[in-house]
Amino acid sequence: MTTDIIISVKGLEKHFDGGNLKALRGVDADIKRGEVVVVIGPSGSGKSTFLRCLNLLETPTAGTVTVEGTDITNPKVNINRHREKMGMVFQHFNLFPHMTILRNMTLAPMKILRKSKADAEAKAMELLKRVGLAERADAYPSQLSGGQKQRIAIVRALCMEPQVMLFDEPTSALDPEMVGEVLDVMKQLAHDGMTMVVVTHEMGFAREVADRVLFMDEGVIVEEGTPDEIFSNPQNPRTKDFLNKVL
Amino acid sequence: MNETISIFEQWWLNIQPALESNTLNFWQNLYKEIYMNAIKDDRWLQYLKGLGVTLQVSLYAILVGVALGTLLAILRLPQVQNVSARGKGFFANLGAAVVKLLSKFAGFYINLFRGTPLLLQVLIINFGIFGTVRIDKVIIGVIACGLNSAAYVAEIVRGGIMSVEKGQTEAGRSLGLSSLRTMMYIILPQAAKSALPAMCNEFISLIKETSVLSYVALTELTKAGDYIRSRTYSAFTPYIISGMLYLIVVLSLTWLIGKLERRLRNSDH
Repeated sequence: MTTDIIISVKGLEKHFDGGNLKALRGVDADIKRGEVVVVIGPSGSGKSTFLRCLNLLETPTAGTVTVEGTDITNPKVNINRHREKMGMVFQHFNLFPHMTILRNMTLAPMKILRKSKADAEAKAMELLKRVGLAERADAYPSQLSGGQKQRIAIVRALCMEPQVMLFDEPTSALDPEMVGEVLDVMKQLAHDGMTMVVVTHEMGFAREVADRVLFMDEGVIVEEGTPDEIFSNPQNPRTKDFLNKVL
Repeated sequence: MNETISIFEQWWLNIQPALESNTLNFWQNLYKEIYMNAIKDDRWLQYLKGLGVTLQVSLYAILVGVALGTLLAILRLPQVQNVSARGKGFFANLGAAVVKLLSKFAGFYINLFRGTPLLLQVLIINFGIFGTVRIDKVIIGVIACGLNSAAYVAEIVRGGIMSVEKGQTEAGRSLGLSSLRTMMYIILPQAAKSALPAMCNEFISLIKETSVLSYVALTELTKAGDYIRSRTYSAFTPYIISGMLYLIVVLSLTWLIGKLERRLRNSDH
């Protein structure tokens, strides 16, 4: 693992409802290239908001997000050029229901990277094979199970050959028996050296795959460390309390 | 007897004695009505010409309505209404101000055109705006009906856009697609699908409402029937013939859109 920092977050704040709801109250974090960072914490702790600020799906109220040396919170920056390098996977998959799986995967590479249809489809098929869904290329999203949809959502993001993958509770909307197949794909991705920021409630995944775990509560990072430090020897009482409840 | 006389003329001659003695039975009377209002002097041609004008005005007005309506709908979206300046500086602020103003205008436009009668709009456009200009009545019809329909289409499209989950926009944007491309490739196709039944309704209304153009002497289908009534003094038959033609058009359209809906549905299972 190299140690260059790919995303650097400084003093990040996000207020909703005209400042009545402070989802983030000053978050600082660095994500290194090739690192798998798992963000855990109780619901409402701001972890999804934090993740969504990384590609500016939420506009931060204050603070900076620097991606590969560029402060993307600067309004003059073309955010689309940065988003294409940051894949995102959502809790509710958000596949495009009016397109086939293949079209879901080739739309952005063809429109943004100006790939030819043949190139984009070759790449998509290669990724589909890797997640065992090549034969569903011409199906529509509604014909797939939740686990299959989420695997497609992951490879759809990978089609853009991103530098970072952001996962926003990718298994929370799945039936329990489908969680494993999605986590397996994510583990494989981590194994291949992808930089990943994962918001999840899957503590097993965090313990097994994460290089670093961030515990968030009430809009700040309360504690961070290796999975071993966080899960076996948490220091902060709030971390202990949370882990007692979920483990 | 003339060799080239048509079967219709033949039947007409056959009922002459009964007509003169005023002893037509039901079927003879029905034939007399049809002969007078559709066959004599090739009057059926006038209905067809009227139908042609109605179809022409409707088609172009639908195109105007959908194009302008979609634009108005996009201007009315919350993210456009509350747009903030991208960056600092005079031009960024000016851009945002112009967009906000256009959004306000779109709201005003929709209220204005939905809040006043179509007939009044037709009269104003015909006698007011184009009162001193020689201009084809078909164009006046297209403008009036198109501008009117746009206001309704705008609300239908806006409803369709808002029925698409927010996650779809986020997925598109997270892939790096611009807001315009996300709208074009991801949101509008899904919005169109859910808006199709309401849109079908609007097209049907528009086709029928082109009949108000007879007020400004455009000889469309209603006017054609009315004109024939003024020649034959038959109070029912010409209108019924016009009405049947409207019905045929509307039913064909309904069938066509139903087919389209079934085709679009093949992505749901």
